[in-house]
Amino acid sequence: MATSILLDQVSKRFVLRDALTLKRRLVAVARRQPVTHSFLAINDVSVTVEEGESIGLMGLNGSGKSTLLKLISGVLRPDGGRVLTRGRTAGLIEVSAGFHKTLTGRENIYLNGAIMGMSEAEINRKFDEIVDFSGIEGFLDQPVGSYSSGMFARLGFSVSVAADSEIFIIDEVLAVGDPPFKKKCIKRIQQIREEGRTIFFVSHNTTQVQRICSRAIVLESGKLGFDGPVRDAIHYLHYDDEGDDLDAEGGEL
Amino acid sequence: MSNAGTLDAEHPQGPLQPPGDTTGLFGVFRRRYLLGLLVRKELRVRYQASVLGLAWSYIKPLIRFMSYVLVVGYVIGLKNLEHYPYHVFAGMMIVSFFSETLNAGTKSVVKNRSLVRKMSVPREMFPVASLLVTGYHMIPQYIILIIACLAVGWNLDLVGLVAGLLSVSIVISFSLAVSLAFSALNVLLRDFQNFAETISQLIMWTTPMIYPFELIASRTHGNWIEQLYLANPVAEGVILAQRCFWSPTLSDPDAAVFPDHLLLRGFVTLIACLILVYGAQRLFSRLEGKFAEQMM
Repeated sequence: MATSILLDQVSKRFVLRDALTLKRRLVAVARRQPVTHSFLAINDVSVTVEEGESIGLMGLNGSGKSTLLKLISGVLRPDGGRVLTRGRTAGLIEVSAGFHKTLTGRENIYLNGAIMGMSEAEINRKFDEIVDFSGIEGFLDQPVGSYSSGMFARLGFSVSVAADSEIFIIDEVLAVGDPPFKKKCIKRIQQIREEGRTIFFVSHNTTQVQRICSRAIVLESGKLGFDGPVRDAIHYLHYDDEGDDLDAEGGEL
Repeated sequence: MSNAGTLDAEHPQGPLQPPGDTTGLFGVFRRRYLLGLLVRKELRVRYQASVLGLAWSYIKPLIRFMSYVLVVGYVIGLKNLEHYPYHVFAGMMIVSFFSETLNAGTKSVVKNRSLVRKMSVPREMFPVASLLVTGYHMIPQYIILIIACLAVGWNLDLVGLVAGLLSVSIVISFSLAVSLAFSALNVLLRDFQNFAETISQLIMWTTPMIYPFELIASRTHGNWIEQLYLANPVAEGVILAQRCFWSPTLSDPDAAVFPDHLLLRGFVTLIACLILVYGAQRLFSRLEGKFAEQMM
C-alpha cells in the first residue's frame, strides 16, 4: 500500500481585510487600528492516508473541514507545511459549483465533466450512465436554472461519481436529495470504496460515516482533535450521547 | 509515510505531488477541451435573451466604424487621406481586439468565482477564454477587411504580409499579458476593472487609428515623445496593420508615412510582449494561491 494523501504539518491562515477602500484604510491607520486580521483555519494538521482508505472528516461547523478538503483538492494552497496527493482528485465540494444556469442539463454535463478533468470521449462514454443515475432524462434539454434544487444536486452528484479518479472527496452533499437518492448515493460511494479509491467524506451523520468510512478524523477549531476508528471518533465528539434524534436521522437511510 | 518514498518510482499514478494544476498557460493548453467549452459557454451567455444575438458583435463595431469615418473623415475633414475608411478599419481591428480582451479578461476570474472557489482548474483558463471569444468575433471582420481590400486593388507585398502577421501576434501577446495580470489583480482590488475601462478609452486616442501617424511624426520629428508613443505595443500593432491593409491599396503606396525600420521595430515589440506574457504568468501564479480565499 502506498500513500495516497500526505498532510504534513499543514496550516492555512485566512486574512480578513476589514478596510479595503483608501478612505477607510487611512481612518484605520490614523486611529492605530489594524487594517487586517487573520486566523488559522487549519493549524498544524498532519495526516497520512493510505490508498483505498475511506476517511470520515468530522467536526463542528467552522472547524475547518471544508478548508481541509479544498487544500486536498488543490483549490487552496497551504501557508505552512506540505499537502501531497497521488493521482487525480474528483468529487463534490458543492453540487452547483461548475453549473451554469442558462445552459441545458446536457451542456452542463459536458462542461462539468470537463472541469472534473474528463475528456470528451470519456464523457461521451459515460453520458448515459450519468443521465441514468441522475434521473433527469426528461429535462436534459432544459436550462438547469429551471431545475428543482433536488434535480440540481442529483445531476451534480451523478457527474462527479462518473469521473475516474484516485481520490474522491464528498462535502456534505448528501444533505440534499430525497431518501431514495441518498440510498443510491451511499451505494455508489461504497462501490467507489470497493474499487480501491481513496475517499474523503465530510458528514455530521454518524450512521453514514460508520457505513462508509474505515477511519475518522475530527477537527476542532482547525486542529487535529482525533484520528482513529469511527466508533471512537463518534464517542470523542459525544455525538453518541444525544442518541434519539440522530438515530432518527440515520434511520431514514 | 515511510514506504511512500520507496514505492514512488514504480507507482502507476506517479509520485506524490502538490494537488492542483500549477503549470499555468501550458496547463490551459493541455486542457483545451475544457477551454473550448468555456469559450462556447461565454459566446452563448453573452447574448442570451437577445433577438439580434451574435449579430451585436458586428453591429457595434460597424456603428463605431461609421461614426469615425463620418465624423472624423468628413465633418472634421481627414477625407483627403486616401482610403481613410481602410485606415480606420485596419487600426480598429487591433484596438478593439485589445480593449475587448482587456475588459472581458480583467473581469474573467472574478466572474467565474464560483468555479475558482470550489474546483481545481488552471485559472489562466478564464482570461485565455476571454481572448479566444474576442478572436472568434474578429475572424469574420478580417474576412470583410480582406474582401474590401481586394475590391479596390490590394498590392500586398512581402513586407506588408509580414507586417500583418506581426500586428496580430503583437496584439494577441500583449492583450494576453495585460489581461492575465489584470484578471489576477482584479481579484485583490476591483479597481482594476475600472482601470481597464479607462485604458481602453485612452488607447483609442493614443494609437494612429482615427488620425494618421503622419500627424504625430510631423509634430515630433522622432523625439522622445514619438518614441514613447511608439513604445505602446497597440500603436505598433495598428501601424503594422495599416502597412498590411491600408497602404498597399493606395495609388502611391510609398506616400504613406510610417516609422523607420518598421519590421525591426515590430519584431522587437513582439519579443518584448512575449517577455511581458512570461512576467504576467509569474505574477498570476503568485497571486493565484490566494484567489479562492479572496473571493470567499
